[in-house]
This record gives sequence, C-alpha cells and structure tokens, in this order.
Amino acid sequence: MGRFLARRLVLTIPVLLGVATLVFSLIHLIPGDPAQALGEAAPQSDVEELRRRLGLDKPLVEQYGVFLQGLVKGDLGTSLRTGEPVTDQIVERMPATFELAAAAMFVAIAFSMPLGILAAVRRGTAVDHAAMTVSLAGVSVPNFWLGPLLAIVFAVELGWLPVSGRGTWAHLVLPAISLGAALAAILARMTRATLLEELREQYVQAARARGVSRMRAILRHAFRNSLIPVVTLLGLQFGAVLTGAVITETIFAWPGIGRLLIQSIGFRDYPLVQGCILLIALTYVGVNLLTDVIYGVLDPRIRYE
Amino acid sequence: MTRVGAAIVLLAVLAAIIGPVIVPFDPADQELALRLEGPTGQHWFGLDELGRDIFARVLSGARISLLVGLVVVGVSSLVGTLLGSIAGYFGGLVDECLSRVMDILLAFPGLLLAIAMVAVLGPSLTNVILALSLIGWVGYARLVRGQVLRTRELEFVQAARALGAGTPRILARHVIPTALPAVTVQATLGMGGAILAEASLSFLGLGVQPPTPSWGTMLSYGKAHLLEAPHLTIFPGLAIAILVLGFNFLGDGLRDALDPQTQSRLKT
Repeated sequence: MGRFLARRLVLTIPVLLGVATLVFSLIHLIPGDPAQALGEAAPQSDVEELRRRLGLDKPLVEQYGVFLQGLVKGDLGTSLRTGEPVTDQIVERMPATFELAAAAMFVAIAFSMPLGILAAVRRGTAVDHAAMTVSLAGVSVPNFWLGPLLAIVFAVELGWLPVSGRGTWAHLVLPAISLGAALAAILARMTRATLLEELREQYVQAARARGVSRMRAILRHAFRNSLIPVVTLLGLQFGAVLTGAVITETIFAWPGIGRLLIQSIGFRDYPLVQGCILLIALTYVGVNLLTDVIYGVLDPRIRYE
Repeated sequence: MTRVGAAIVLLAVLAAIIGPVIVPFDPADQELALRLEGPTGQHWFGLDELGRDIFARVLSGARISLLVGLVVVGVSSLVGTLLGSIAGYFGGLVDECLSRVMDILLAFPGLLLAIAMVAVLGPSLTNVILALSLIGWVGYARLVRGQVLRTRELEFVQAARALGAGTPRILARHVIPTALPAVTVQATLGMGGAILAEASLSFLGLGVQPPTPSWGTMLSYGKAHLLEAPHLTIFPGLAIAILVLGFNFLGDGLRDALDPQTQSRLKT
C-alpha cells in the first residue's frame, strides 16, 4: 500500500506543476497584461506603478520563479481591488464552498442510490424506464435554470425557504438541490448499471441459495460491491460540482470561492482570478488523488496493476 | 427514446433555420410599452425587459447554441481524433508528451479552464468557441488513443504494413475508422455538453454579449425579473433543457447501436 501511495503521489507532482504553469501562462502570456485592469483612461504612470507592484516589469522567467516560490509558501499575491492577500480572501470563502459542495453531494447520494437500486431491481419495467428517463432529464437541466425555478416555487410562492444568502441550514437546501441534481442523475445511472452487473455474479446467487432474502442479497452483498465504481465516479464528478458551484453561488448569493471568482473577473482583479482558479484546480487534483487511494483500499487488485 | 431525441434535434435545427424567417417579430425590435408582458396570443412566450419578443429571441438563440455546438464538437473531434491516433499509433515519446498535456488539461474540472480563458481573453462568441474547443479535444483524444492502442496490433493493420502501406494511409484507412463509432457517440453527447457550456458562460456574463440573443444571456437577464416576470426565465431554460435532452437521448441511442461494449456495460 505504501508503494502504491508513493507512486500515486509522485505521479501527481508533474500534474500540479503543469496546472500551476498553465494558470500562470494564461494570465501572463496574453496580449497586454493584468495592469490593464486600471482601464484605458488610466495615466501611464499609474499603469507603470501597478506593473512594478505586480512584478510585471521583470523578465517572464523571473516572474514564473517568484510565482512558484509564492505558491509553495501559500502566497498568491495581493488583490488589485482590496489590497488584501489573495490567500486570506480565498481561505475566508473556502468553508462556504466546501459546505455547499458537501451538501450537494449528500443530496445527490440520497436521491441517486434508492433510484438506481429501484431501477436495477425492477429492470425492464416501467419503473426502470421512468427512473432512467428522469435521470437523463436531470443531466440535461442546467443548474442555472433549476435554481431560479426552485427559488420561485419554494422561496417565493410557498415561502418555505430563504431565496439567497448563507446562515442557517435552510439557506443550504435550495443551492444544494440545484447543484446536486445533475450529479444525482449521473450517479443513479451508474448505480443501476453496476448493481445489475453484480446481481449476475455467482456470490449473489450463492447467498440466495443459502436462504438469504432477496432484499438482503441485494443490499448487503451486491450493492456494497457495486459501490466501488460509484466511488470513483463520485470523485471524478467532484470537479463538476466545484465548477457548478461557481454558477450556483452566483444565483443564490452564496459567499464562496465561485462567487468570488466571478466577482473578481468582473473587477479584472487578475491575482484573485488566478488564485481562485488555482485553488479549485488543485482541490480537484487532490480529490482525484484521494479517490485513487480509496479505490486502491476498496479494491486491492488496483494496487498491483 | 432515440427517435424522440432525433425528432427534438431535427425540430430544433428546423426552428433555428426557418424560425427567425417566418416569425413576424424581429428579435431586436422593442415594444417598450409592453415590456415584461406575459405570454399572449400574439407574443407566445411574452416580452422581455426591453419589450422584445421572447419567442423570436429563443428561435434566434437556437442558431447560436447549435452553431457553438457544431463548431466546438467539429473542431474538438477532429483535433482530438488526429492527436489521439498519433499518440496511440506511435507510442513512445510522442505518446508520453501528448498524454502529459492531456493529464494537465484534465486536471481542470469541467468549465473552469474555459471560464479562466474567457476571463482573460474577454467575453465574446469567438472566445467561447475557442475556449471550449481548446479543452474539448482532450476527451476525444483519450478515447481515440485507447481504441488505436488496441487496433494497431491487430492482424489487418500488420497486414497493411507488410503490404507496404505508409503510416498516414494505415491511420486514415485502417486505424481511425475503427474509432469512429465511439467518436460519433461522444460527439453527439458532446453537442449537448457544448450547448450547456456556452449557456453557462453566457449566463455568467462571459459568453455571447447583448444584444445578440443567447439562451444563457436571456436567463441571466431574466434573473433580475424572476418575481414579476418568470416567463423570462422559464422559456429560454426550457429550450436549453429540451435541446440538451434531445442530444442526450440521441447519443444514448447511438451508443446502443454503434458501441456494443459500452452498451453491455451500461444496460447490462
């Protein structure tokens, strides 16, 4: 297990370096530079001062070196708009985004597992077709449409839940459903497919032959084994949840990193844009690594490949 | 469901081509006195915040969505197929370099890289297409690389090589065609993905800019009038959901027909 873990970690280093380099290149290799944030009417002296402050007057290789050094130390520069360290602003918003992402994943799992199991158990029936059609519809509905619709019904018409902001658990319900719906749809399809494969296995039939009830054979034996690919999918889809959070946070005025990213794009606050994108991408790489490790723990065959 | 999907897509294409011609309202014409008016017999989907006919704008928006989908999927699948087959066929250093580039691009979740690119390049239709194509090819390249790795050792490829066929001919005539069914399925599903991605970027203000009608932009502006005029939000959103669902139905059906391996895995 130690060697497996070490190999995975070593393989992640070039990817991390590549991600950091790509984000740096995006911001620095485009025509013009971040000092354009001051606008076309800004005096040349102000632009020069900002370029000096951001280190843009130095050679690109030196800027890259400074950027990597800062990244290792957790220093992502200062915001052009507020003058505060980018890291501080991101750290302040992180709990809100992770809270939303976790709630969305909880919603997705809570809806998808029963739906997937039901579809698999009732394979080929109207229930199965209905469940799979609903799940395909779930993937097709954009969260920036579902969110406002949910707000109209549950916040405006019924008045059950707050329409925006963060504070109580009630604030979390609509953003979490809006963000988790597409993931629920994908997971339900995957759960159904993997469970059907497991149900064919001999150990399930052996359990039934030993007198284990059908429900117990499905839930305790087949379902548990079918979870391995589902866990992988959940890890891979975490990226979609993080990107979806950018939109969901904007709709529901949720004070997370996604909203910060869109606001900083609006203000052309490039150091903050760079910091938000880096953090989201690095989190995604970290979650993928974690998924790999969990996969290795759940299925020992993976470690020997 | 495949037929339903095909019918939806066909209808959307027809609506995009002839719709704006036969609808009596121009998507840019304003009737300020009737702004935010709900659906009526004359204006089927109602009017927006500037008194423009939403039905006419939804039909024009279909042109933008389908254009983005076609260009992004066309460029991505072409570049991805080419690079994926080169990586898979030649292996070695070429494969190693291309695979590392793919790893790095895949390390960015979903739309994030597109958001970053458009944020830097500036919001416009061209930049949206550019950004989505630059990240879109990776999925096709991965898919084709895997298929080519399996195909290149098969006897018919070795026979072609033994008969003196050059590498470009082997790739074009023997290797790439085996990957085309899977690419077709991915491209169909990719149309829905590209349409959703464009709408997402436009919703965030990073895509198609007003006054050009785009479904994402319409939803973004509708958000401000959610309480008094929900029709501004309902109809463009419905259009996105139905068209994406159509491509997903069609892609699912094509997978069943063209890609039996995946079919057996998903349908069991």
